[in-house]
Amino acid sequence: MISGIVTPLLKNGKWAYRLSLFACSAGLVLSGVLLGRIGPRNESFSFMMGHFPAPWGNELSVGPLEAVLATAICFVMLLALLGGRRDIFEDVLPEKQKLYFIMMDEILAALLALTYTNDIFTAYVFIEISTIAACAIVMAKDSSATMVATMRYLIMSLLGSGLVLLGIVLLYCITGHLLFPNLQQRVLELVATGQYAMPLTVVVGLIVMGLGIKSAMFPFHLWLPPAHGSATTASSSVLSGLVVKGYIILMIRLFYKVFTIEVIRSLRITNMVFLFGLAGMIVGSVGAIKEEHIKRMLAYSSVAQLGYVFMGIGLGTDVGIMAACFQILVHACTKPMLFGCASALSAGRHHNKKLYALRGAAYENKLAGVGFTVGALSMIGIPLFGGFAAKVFFASATMAQPVKMWMTLLTLALSTVLNALYYIPAVTALWSKPAEGEAGEKQPADPTFAVSTVLFILAVFFLGICYQPVVTLIQNGLALL
Amino acid sequence: MNKMARVKKEKKTPWQRFCAWVNGDAQEKSLLPAEPPKLKKKKAVKPQQKKAAAPKKEWMGLTRFDHIYRVCAVFIGVVIVTVLMITVVQLPLFGSPDNPADNEVVERYVEDGLKETGAVNMVAGMILDYRAFDTFGESSVLFLAVTCVTMLLMRDRNNTDKDEDLLTAREHIVEGHEEDIILIQIAKLIIPCVLVYGIYVVLNGHLSPGGGFSGGTIMGSALILFAVSFGMIRMSRFFSYSTFRKITSSALMVYAASKAYSFFTGANHLESHIPLGTPGAILSSGLILVLDICVGIVVACTMYGFYALFTKGEL
Repeated sequence: MISGIVTPLLKNGKWAYRLSLFACSAGLVLSGVLLGRIGPRNESFSFMMGHFPAPWGNELSVGPLEAVLATAICFVMLLALLGGRRDIFEDVLPEKQKLYFIMMDEILAALLALTYTNDIFTAYVFIEISTIAACAIVMAKDSSATMVATMRYLIMSLLGSGLVLLGIVLLYCITGHLLFPNLQQRVLELVATGQYAMPLTVVVGLIVMGLGIKSAMFPFHLWLPPAHGSATTASSSVLSGLVVKGYIILMIRLFYKVFTIEVIRSLRITNMVFLFGLAGMIVGSVGAIKEEHIKRMLAYSSVAQLGYVFMGIGLGTDVGIMAACFQILVHACTKPMLFGCASALSAGRHHNKKLYALRGAAYENKLAGVGFTVGALSMIGIPLFGGFAAKVFFASATMAQPVKMWMTLLTLALSTVLNALYYIPAVTALWSKPAEGEAGEKQPADPTFAVSTVLFILAVFFLGICYQPVVTLIQNGLALL
Repeated sequence: MNKMARVKKEKKTPWQRFCAWVNGDAQEKSLLPAEPPKLKKKKAVKPQQKKAAAPKKEWMGLTRFDHIYRVCAVFIGVVIVTVLMITVVQLPLFGSPDNPADNEVVERYVEDGLKETGAVNMVAGMILDYRAFDTFGESSVLFLAVTCVTMLLMRDRNNTDKDEDLLTAREHIVEGHEEDIILIQIAKLIIPCVLVYGIYVVLNGHLSPGGGFSGGTIMGSALILFAVSFGMIRMSRFFSYSTFRKITSSALMVYAASKAYSFFTGANHLESHIPLGTPGAILSSGLILVLDICVGIVVACTMYGFYALFTKGEL
């Protein structure tokens, strides 16, 4: 069963769109089966890669949390590729399209591996793969803006990888292990004896900083808007919906499986992450308000939403991290839909992505308009939508810590208002009657886009209304990590 | 007069020089080694450059903070370097017997490696058998890198214009007529040796130091040498883009397939039916030889691919 899940990771040299779709669907079905198998039984197990048991060979480990996340990753990837189909074939040169799909496949493989891995070095190898492939999918749309964005992204991203690698090397020096469970044992011993206290702190700092840079944690978020704003639709969706999340998932897994959350809390790393998260929420929203380009606005909003995730991690409690995981899922379903709808709306206006040019665009492509509206309402946090459930969880997660509670609640309120401040005008603009001569031509219907948008909308509602089973799964998964 | 000024400049105290370096003046000195007659010109040029750069910075809203940014950057750099230095000092000494890194993991690699993998070369046994999944990731990274470069530099309608096409056409003609006899004769002599050596290193990866990565690099350099001395046209007769693609991806597929077999059997605790052979013989150590060849091919193609793409923008 599992080897089936691993095989999509190993496939390579696939040349076409269909094959990518096939890989995504295969991954989706297999992760779904996996989820169905281990979800109810609430257990986790590890999978040996090769003939040698864990500390010697490589190993993957799977629990309910990993299964949920992997299913979501495959689901979003599939829909993003479906939804962005037309744009990919327009934006990317024909002879390079197959290369583009190789990158997409590799990203999928790397993300799945990051989710499943039980070995810190394997994690690093797949961080590398996803870094290169992510830069490539930004670059694929061959314009000057994407080139500049890619350079920025590449430099920041490599800096992040470098820091993570340094952290791993130092960690190996002081523990002598690469496998998560053995590492955890050694780390606990080190903490108990007080040996190598300073290197351990530095290691945690380096790894958090490295992964933070790569997942656009607040002070390092500047690469994100240009990269996500200028790339082709499917790239933007995948980057904001999945790639940045991959690193956060890895960070959460490291916190639980290697350093243990108590150690992290005693090192006060969580407080730092918490503050960065709060700042990110505000700065991202303010950036989005200033923006006129609709995709860049969405990209800034990603920064804000990632701020929520970091805030949840920063609370340093199981409930907080559960809320963060839930937020990851919600955002992964919402943002790709927003990107897809935004570009479908602007397609009728000669790809002009300025907000004022999009007035009334929703009447030309009703489905995209509805999709954008649903996404925006979910981001603001209206009840029944996914974003509301996530915010409720954040708010209730803070109850145990009075100081953090006030800070969180205030920032939550502020950022909700700020979110509303840029999403409501955007939605209003889309649905207001276009002025004379502004109306664009109607676009031919795009069945794949319709399918993906409808499924995304359903997913958002599902997360907003029937969140209980998902939450239970995440809680069980965290308990087992 | 200028000379005097320069001498004076050099007589600054170390602290002043440091301040200048911190404030970014030293950059100018190191980038343009002081040539007395050009000193004035340089000053004249500098404001222009600043003007050119100014709009960009203003757009970022950074003009005012330019100075502070530099100081901050240096400060942060120094802090991080210091922290890392202190950390490194506290690390366990290299090579001391009670290091945490000397544990049961390494022990098994060293002591049972030969028995379990059949590879005399311990490193090969480790990267291609114990931790083959990571190595698969690494060779995918190489493959990805070359794919990215292809995506970026491959000639297409966006990044080429007529002049460049003309230039390439002329180069092709020149290549056809002019042949450097010395280069070609020496290349004829060297290339077979290099290739054979590369293949030897790859094939003996499990017996002696070497293996896919190093052997592949050697073979790649032979390919590059061939391309340099005989020209791209002859190269493309037997090594076109489509062959390149086929070779690389089939090598990775073989790797994936053989590893999938071992992952599958390993995970389900089945016996592997691939004999390990006698250690030391060339056909030994199970799958390692196959994997080494695959990695070697991928690395060689990557090396050549980079060269060809960066010089010509095509394969």
